[in-house]
Amino acid sequence: MTLPLDTILVTVILTCFLIMGTTRLLTAIRISAIQGICIGLLPVAASGAHTSIRVALLGLVIIVLKGFAFPRLLKRAIRESSTSTEMMPFVGSTASIVTGILALIVAFWIDSRMEFLPGSHSLVAPVAFFTIITGLFMIVARKLAITQVVGYLILENGIYVFGLAIALEVPIIVELGVLLDMFVAVFVMGIAIFRINREFNHMDSDQLRNLKG
Amino acid sequence: MNALRILPILSGLLLAPLLLGIVNRTKARFGGRRGQPLLQAYFDLLKLLHKGAVYSRTTTWIFRAGPSIGLAATLVALTLIPIGRGAPSAMHFTGDLFLLAYCLGLVRFFTVLAALDTGSAFEGMGASREVQFSALAEPALLIALAALARLSGHLSLSDITASIGVTSWEVAGPALALIALALFVVFLSENSRIPVDDPNTHLELTMIHEVMILDHSGPDLAFIEYGAALKFWILGSLVVNVGISGLGGGTWVSIAAFFAGMFGLAVGVGVVESTMARYRLLKVPRMLWVAVALSVLSFTLIGRFTA
Repeated sequence: MTLPLDTILVTVILTCFLIMGTTRLLTAIRISAIQGICIGLLPVAASGAHTSIRVALLGLVIIVLKGFAFPRLLKRAIRESSTSTEMMPFVGSTASIVTGILALIVAFWIDSRMEFLPGSHSLVAPVAFFTIITGLFMIVARKLAITQVVGYLILENGIYVFGLAIALEVPIIVELGVLLDMFVAVFVMGIAIFRINREFNHMDSDQLRNLKG
Repeated sequence: MNALRILPILSGLLLAPLLLGIVNRTKARFGGRRGQPLLQAYFDLLKLLHKGAVYSRTTTWIFRAGPSIGLAATLVALTLIPIGRGAPSAMHFTGDLFLLAYCLGLVRFFTVLAALDTGSAFEGMGASREVQFSALAEPALLIALAALARLSGHLSLSDITASIGVTSWEVAGPALALIALALFVVFLSENSRIPVDDPNTHLELTMIHEVMILDHSGPDLAFIEYGAALKFWILGSLVVNVGISGLGGGTWVSIAAFFAGMFGLAVGVGVVESTMARYRLLKVPRMLWVAVALSVLSFTLIGRFTA
């Protein structure tokens, strides 16, 4: 009964490790798309046999947005700004994976300290913490602006999974509102990155500390 | 019952070089060649055993003792390996999985010492790489074994393989799949297979295992080659034992699945070697860290699943 749910959650963890380990921008975007599809399948798998049409519809919207729309927007931003396909990390990929192992342990430790959570499923909350930490790490430890958008998407995935740990049945209007916000955010960030790139000929956030006059 | 007890050792001793033949055949098929005979590894061993050994004057007794100690330690490790749920290993006791890991460590230690004993800079380089990579592969192996022990509640390889079954896969299926994957990466790395090292190259600056044994000849080389084949069998059987544990059935089904799994694994290694390129040396530690991550993950997951 919980086997499909466990498998999806473990796949989410694996995608986090892969994103931390990869050095290529396009691979990272592709993996984040896979993670988005997993996140979309999650509420369906969690409710099991008695899946309502609302939940199925919500899953479908998430899959379309996170699995297909966002990656396409990000890929277009890369293509139009014709940046390099390397990530340019502050923290190298091997060190990132080691950080990931530590983050995993921290996530499970945090979960063991939070006993007030309703124990809907013993894996959902730690996976949520781990995904959130991964997203924050990707925002902090990578230079390119695009990677920070990917980190933001992963962070949001983690927050969504955490919401699943607290309450399975979030009103669909709230979820759709959040998704719309994200869509606009990614859209705006894509445009902003394009503008930054046209103005400065790079999108290395490390060099964006001086004003250009 | 007695026949079943010696089956794991006997099959390992007899069939280990055959697996290398299967790997080479698979690679030849991919390359459009017919390939060497399946039994070529046996012929090579016989040929080497008939030859005399040549020793450099700069080497000491360590160089001569290395291959024998290595083969002896590998043989001890082989006695600990069970075959599926069907045949327990010839020797098993609580905690024998540590003996397995450290026997393999002893083999590596003496191979490295013998390589350093020659005083060749080239062999020292190979030794340094071998130690670097196995320092990462060993934690992955031990944590994966610890995860299996945690799942089954036993500390002996035979008891672990005997108690992990269909229900374990229902409870902790994803974790077991991750363990099998981590063990497979360790298996490729420890046997100097392709993403880590290319067993076919002999004059390249990137090789690891082959460079360490360049100065061995005759029976010593035969010992090392046979030991390497046995190591392939031992680590492969760990992967296969986890992989087939989800199958139901009795003793003979399990044994048949084990042998099918071993030959399938050899074909799989051949496919990996034909379709992948060797990683840059800098990328290998990353792959091994991923294996460590998989082991740690499966260990924590099993804690959750069984709680």
